[in-house]
Amino acid sequence: MTISRADIEKVAVLARIRLDDEQIPALENDLSNILSLVDQLSAANTDNVEPLAHPLDAVQRLRADEVTESNQREAFQAIAPATESGLYLVPRVIE
Amino acid sequence: MHNKSVAELSRELESGKISSVELTREFLDRIKAEDGQYNSFITVTEDLAMADAKAADEQRAAGNANVWTGVPFAHKDIFCTNGVATTAGSKMLANFVPPYDATVVANFRAAGAVCLGKTNMDEFAMGSSTESSFFGPVTNPWGLNKGEKRVPGGSSGGSAAAIAARLVPAATATDTGGSIRQPAALCGVTGLKPTYGRVSRYGMIAFASSLDQGGTMARTAEDNALMLNVMAGFDPKDSTSANRAVPDYTATLNQPLKGLRVGLPREYFSDQLNPAMEQQVRNAVKEYEKLGATVKEVSLPHAELAIAAYYVIAPAEASANLSRFDGVRYGYRCDNPQDLNDLYTRTRAEGFGNEVKRRILVGTYALSAGYFDAYYLKAQKVRRLIQQDFINAFKEVDVLMSPVSPSPAFVQGEKTSDPVTMYLEDIFTIAVNLVGVPAMSVPAGFVDGLPVGLQIIGNYFEEARLLNAAHQFQQVTGWHQKFPQ
Amino acid sequence: MQWDIVIGLEIHAQLATKTKIFSGSSTAFGAEPNTQASAVDLAMPGTLPVPNEQAFRYAVMFGLAVNAEIGRRSVFDRKNYFYPDLPKGYQTTQLDHPIVGPGFVDVDLAGGRSKRVRIHHAHLEEDAGKSLHESLFDERGQGMTGIDLNRAGTPLIEIVTEPDMNSAEEAVAFAKKLHSLVSSLGICDGDMSQGSLRFDVNISLKPKGSDTLGTRTETKNLNSFRFMEQAIAHEVARQMDILEDGGRIIQETRLYNGDRDESRSMRSKEEANDYRYFPCPDLLPVVIDDAFIESARVLLPELPDARKARFKEQYSLNDYDASLLSDDARLSAFFEDTVSHCKDAKLAANWVLGEFSARLNADNETVAQAPISGIQLGQLVARIADNTVSSSGAKKVFEALWNGDGGSEDNAADAIIEAQGLKQVSDTSALEAIVDEVLAGMPEQIAQFQEADEKKRKKLMGGFMGPLMKASKGQGNPRLFTEILQRKLNA
Repeated sequence: MTISRADIEKVAVLARIRLDDEQIPALENDLSNILSLVDQLSAANTDNVEPLAHPLDAVQRLRADEVTESNQREAFQAIAPATESGLYLVPRVIE
Repeated sequence: MHNKSVAELSRELESGKISSVELTREFLDRIKAEDGQYNSFITVTEDLAMADAKAADEQRAAGNANVWTGVPFAHKDIFCTNGVATTAGSKMLANFVPPYDATVVANFRAAGAVCLGKTNMDEFAMGSSTESSFFGPVTNPWGLNKGEKRVPGGSSGGSAAAIAARLVPAATATDTGGSIRQPAALCGVTGLKPTYGRVSRYGMIAFASSLDQGGTMARTAEDNALMLNVMAGFDPKDSTSANRAVPDYTATLNQPLKGLRVGLPREYFSDQLNPAMEQQVRNAVKEYEKLGATVKEVSLPHAELAIAAYYVIAPAEASANLSRFDGVRYGYRCDNPQDLNDLYTRTRAEGFGNEVKRRILVGTYALSAGYFDAYYLKAQKVRRLIQQDFINAFKEVDVLMSPVSPSPAFVQGEKTSDPVTMYLEDIFTIAVNLVGVPAMSVPAGFVDGLPVGLQIIGNYFEEARLLNAAHQFQQVTGWHQKFPQ
Repeated sequence: MQWDIVIGLEIHAQLATKTKIFSGSSTAFGAEPNTQASAVDLAMPGTLPVPNEQAFRYAVMFGLAVNAEIGRRSVFDRKNYFYPDLPKGYQTTQLDHPIVGPGFVDVDLAGGRSKRVRIHHAHLEEDAGKSLHESLFDERGQGMTGIDLNRAGTPLIEIVTEPDMNSAEEAVAFAKKLHSLVSSLGICDGDMSQGSLRFDVNISLKPKGSDTLGTRTETKNLNSFRFMEQAIAHEVARQMDILEDGGRIIQETRLYNGDRDESRSMRSKEEANDYRYFPCPDLLPVVIDDAFIESARVLLPELPDARKARFKEQYSLNDYDASLLSDDARLSAFFEDTVSHCKDAKLAANWVLGEFSARLNADNETVAQAPISGIQLGQLVARIADNTVSSSGAKKVFEALWNGDGGSEDNAADAIIEAQGLKQVSDTSALEAIVDEVLAGMPEQIAQFQEADEKKRKKLMGGFMGPLMKASKGQGNPRLFTEILQRKLNA
């Protein structure tokens, strides 16, 4: 399996990672090699096999509906890149 | 003192021969003097450590000491530490100081242990050589005497190298595809990846949520047991944490091994394995026979597909887990973002290293429209087949034994050019993570002066049996007590 | 060309839990920005979700109320996309294994018709934060958007219907029914203006009688039933214009502006959408057993349909009044308080649906905000029923009650009647004396009356009532005055 330049560009958009043009040939090569490794999967017969999402066959525990968190805005926003009036700032979003 | 194990240091503290302040000072001085050549620490918390040591001595004087009170150790820099930088080896988090503790961190704090700092690691735990850290590569203490700069393995290479260099007696680590066992093997220390869910993942920066597991690293099996006693247990903050009782892992260390059924997976003694390594591993198995174990060959027919399944599942989970690093609420943010897309794409392009970006792109691709069934779903089905292989094997034997890595520590830079070559470092360790069973790496000899590890794999929640087997081995062999020159 | 309109709805209802779906942060409305955003809500590294039991119980209650199958094993998935109000970079939701499976709701329409709308499924998910586009600027003067994550992680149930509605009337009737249902269940406060209940409308057209569905659009931002009705009409007209001109409908999301009655495409939302759903590895399958379902079933209150039937039976109300009174749980409860203190159900219904509802509308208030209680109104209605106060006097009492003049006591109406002297005189001999006195001063009018025919007499009666009420300082019982008058004048 090889991956095309267009595939890489599309995936980079989805993953919100800027790629410079000169990075792409090496990525084409690396990602194609990784996908060739992964393509071994197609050899396995998985008819009637249930996917395994978690190693342990456990079920979810649910939490009581009780407030356990208090306001820690000051501590959290002390490590934020940009805030004002208690809000996190991002470049203006037009919707 | 720095050559002693945790158990020994604990006894020294108990007897009053040394105080925690003195012990902590000694280790801090060693780090200061020697870590320049290894780069095993990202952050050394000297002032905090000395304050904790003082508090530990006071606690002991008040008669409230336990086995860990005042014992120095270190955390892999993937565990969040309240008020102390936690970077996951990434530029993305180089300035990140969490206002909360990981559950594992809180547990060691409660036990009174003294944390000396945060150990270096592959960026976001993605790697097998600790060369992808934003804070520079870690050098294996073994081989330096010949002037060779070898890798310590990864991703927990900082923890392994620091223990091998006797900068700390013990350190926490994490294992998603071999990240405890392989560096332990390459550095000649003892490491344990517990059963998935045995140790809380809360506050442990996620790589691949269904595979990540925190674990232990120290020189002896006994020290690993002492660590697991602190780390293991149910955590209501982690939905995947196992709600079952925790035994005292030191209580069964001395049980005889007579009748232990050992299985050797045929697939793990393939021609990819360095023959000299294979000899060391087979010698170790012979020691077990002398200790009363019976040995037979078993088969894990789908084990060879583990790498392929892993390199779909782990990147897929990682691609989502790492989406939160967007430059908005914490961590790195690019300069002067022009618009929202610029903020996202430049922050992530500049903040992540190449291996992390590769895996995010692979994972995004595997989950994208049209590929989900062929990659992700197929990989989860193969994962089930591999699990079934292990379940079948454990019907016949109590533990599986194999090499940890196909070759000993390699020279820095040797495998960085081709990611797939690097991935194959983990061919013997990865299936264990997909299945979720516990496994250890135990020092088992040397090849060309470099340590070789024996992997011991147990059934779900049988950490005590693994520690028992490793401890008994260490009573009759001295490999774990060899130090690099 | 004749067209069939096909409408399906997607409804997001915020569940009225105390805490968020995956963290113990409060969901209380109106807090300072980001003061109810914990480490988990902010997607701090290493933090993990633990689901809220009450969110599941509320979802199961909804499922039971719409006759649905309950998902015995539901699974959370990650829906991946980047947006500043989505801290993790994915929304945790349920794709293939939702908590509520297929069900249905029967909707009453005008003219006694009714319609069954099938529920495709309903799933649990987390709400996003809010973006505020106020005057925020960075140090270089660039315009910025502020992000408040208090709402992030609030539990939502997303309800998806089959495309079973064929007109704006049906869609709005269904939406009102659903609003009444979730409010009655107490699982959602139903406040559309605050976004607690949000409706998205999927609309397509197909040639009349055709079996093939046309391309649909999704219209968002419908924060009132009126806007929903307008938006549907607007979108149907837009699509019809395009189709009749031989054009094609583009599948897209459109944002409706109710104030201007216009819509526009949200192209940014459509851009390269590939959500890459996969099961969330931080969460395990949620197994709902019989005991859990029973724990939800016992919490089910009387639902509007059942309540309406009971109102007709128990209070002999007509269909229309029973419908209006039963739809809203709070109004129903208010009515029942009123009726239990006056014993005259029809009169109570008239006052609750009349004066009381009109006053709420005028003041733009909800039942919960009303300054008077059902008991107070019940006491007042009782005084009308027993002739203590006239209906015009009662209106004065109501006004005073509304303004809080009678205090908050249950018997505030009596206090006002007393204080304002609005008690009717119903003592016949006292009234007769007044009538005699007034008539004595009106001989001309009496003569006029006695010469008039039956029809004209009725009119002339009014001429006596004014002076009588004046003479009794407004306290004479008008009905008794009329009786006495008639007896005297016709004698």
